Amino acid sequence: MQQDAIPISSILSLLTGDGGNFLGIILLSLQVTITAVTCAGLVGLPLGAGLALVRFPGRTVIIVLVNTMMGFPPVVAGLAIFLLLSRSGPLGDLGLLFTPKAMMIAQFVLVLPIIVALTRQTIEDLWTEYQDHMTSLGAGRLRSIPTLLWDARFSLVTTLLAGLGRASAEVGAILIVGGNIAGFTRTMTTSIALETSKGDLPLAMALGVVLMSLTLVINSLAFGISRVGARFSGKS
Amino acid sequence: MLRRTFVTAAASVLVAIGLLSAAEAEDRFITVASTTSTQDSGLFDALLPAFTAKTGIIVKVIAQGTGQALDTARRGDADVVFVHAKAQELKFLEDGFGVKRYPVMYNDFVVVGPKSDPAGIAGGKDVAVALKAIADKKAPFVSRGDKSGTHSAELKLWKAADIDLPAVRGEWYREIGQGMGATLNTANAMAAYTLSDRGTWIAFANKGDLGIVVEGDKKLFNQYGVMLVNPAKFSTVKAEDGQAFIDWLVSPEGQSAIAAYRIDGQQLFFPNANDPNA
Repeated sequence: MQQDAIPISSILSLLTGDGGNFLGIILLSLQVTITAVTCAGLVGLPLGAGLALVRFPGRTVIIVLVNTMMGFPPVVAGLAIFLLLSRSGPLGDLGLLFTPKAMMIAQFVLVLPIIVALTRQTIEDLWTEYQDHMTSLGAGRLRSIPTLLWDARFSLVTTLLAGLGRASAEVGAILIVGGNIAGFTRTMTTSIALETSKGDLPLAMALGVVLMSLTLVINSLAFGISRVGARFSGKS
Repeated sequence: MLRRTFVTAAASVLVAIGLLSAAEAEDRFITVASTTSTQDSGLFDALLPAFTAKTGIIVKVIAQGTGQALDTARRGDADVVFVHAKAQELKFLEDGFGVKRYPVMYNDFVVVGPKSDPAGIAGGKDVAVALKAIADKKAPFVSRGDKSGTHSAELKLWKAADIDLPAVRGEWYREIGQGMGATLNTANAMAAYTLSDRGTWIAFANKGDLGIVVEGDKKLFNQYGVMLVNPAKFSTVKAEDGQAFIDWLVSPEGQSAIAAYRIDGQQLFFPNANDPNA
């Protein structure tokens, strides 16, 4: 049995021949991951900045909790969301279990703590630098949030990429809440798990290479964009 | 400047939601909780397009172990269950979660093991003798350990061979709690024996040093059944479309589609919807 090389030809035949299928898997992966990270960013960036600047009782506890949540085991998150969304669960009437939306919710839950925690750290560091200046302008901590987020935008790209990395590499949670249904909730990572269980290890590995390549492209784009942006705003 | 980022962000969310709703503009579908063996063997990929073409009903398959598939159905998260562990299926019916059980097809289990054959059982026809030899020699054996149909069949076989598994099990007996394919991968890597359904075994692509060591004992018979989840328990069950799928599976057309599924010329499943005792 030939087992050594990654079968370029079988990747090509996947992409071209029965390819609608494979392309659909890639598109679904991107769609789920990008939606989850975008939503987590919209919620997490302001939340993280707020946590960095606003003083309130219990703040330290919340920071430790958020940091802990960065290590939330995906399979536990998946199980919790499964129980919530199941027809027998509290949100069962929404009929969301085994849909792409359920996978987006799972990834949102996993990515949000990463974005909040890293944003908090970034903004807190920046605040020590900006504090005197902002206070002299009469801007309080709360009113400084948009300015700080804007000035930290290039560092925050890395924060979003960390979230994206967690989301795109994830398999445990989306397998449980999505069900790995062919053509509907089958993503890159769940396909890799499936092909491994079919014993088609070369194909599973090949899919892994495709996934890594996509991640490389996304990261290169993000890096390039933030580099160009930094140069234009004189921050390089 | 700041406003522009928010506009961009909001726009991308809208685009994402747009993509999402486009993806969900699918119409009629049913959810079938089934077993890893039917999926890993490729049977569904061969069957479902024909059914969908005929009825316009899309079938979404969640492949789990039999125990988990029945549990998914018990929570109302599936319309139809298609599994292989008759005792568990009858219990499911008795508890009122299913409407009626239809026998669909059978294949058989095989004992697979490494070429080195440390228990010396290759070529045997009696599964009880083989299991005794494995336990006596403490030869490595990988068990599914996941309450699947294959796992319950394995436990029944130890019992039938008069082996008190809890008493004799040791390091040689490895319960991995995973699907059939993962179990075969593990058995291959550990040079261990395991029990597999023939369908998954034939389709499995990473056989390595493994081969069939025992087959043909009638205790290795593996029956599949299909049931509609009781709409009286869950109003969300798509009773009409689910029943249409069941009716198709047991119809001459569905039965011959099952018989026609082959890998390398070998038939994987044998239709027997006409056998009332199956």
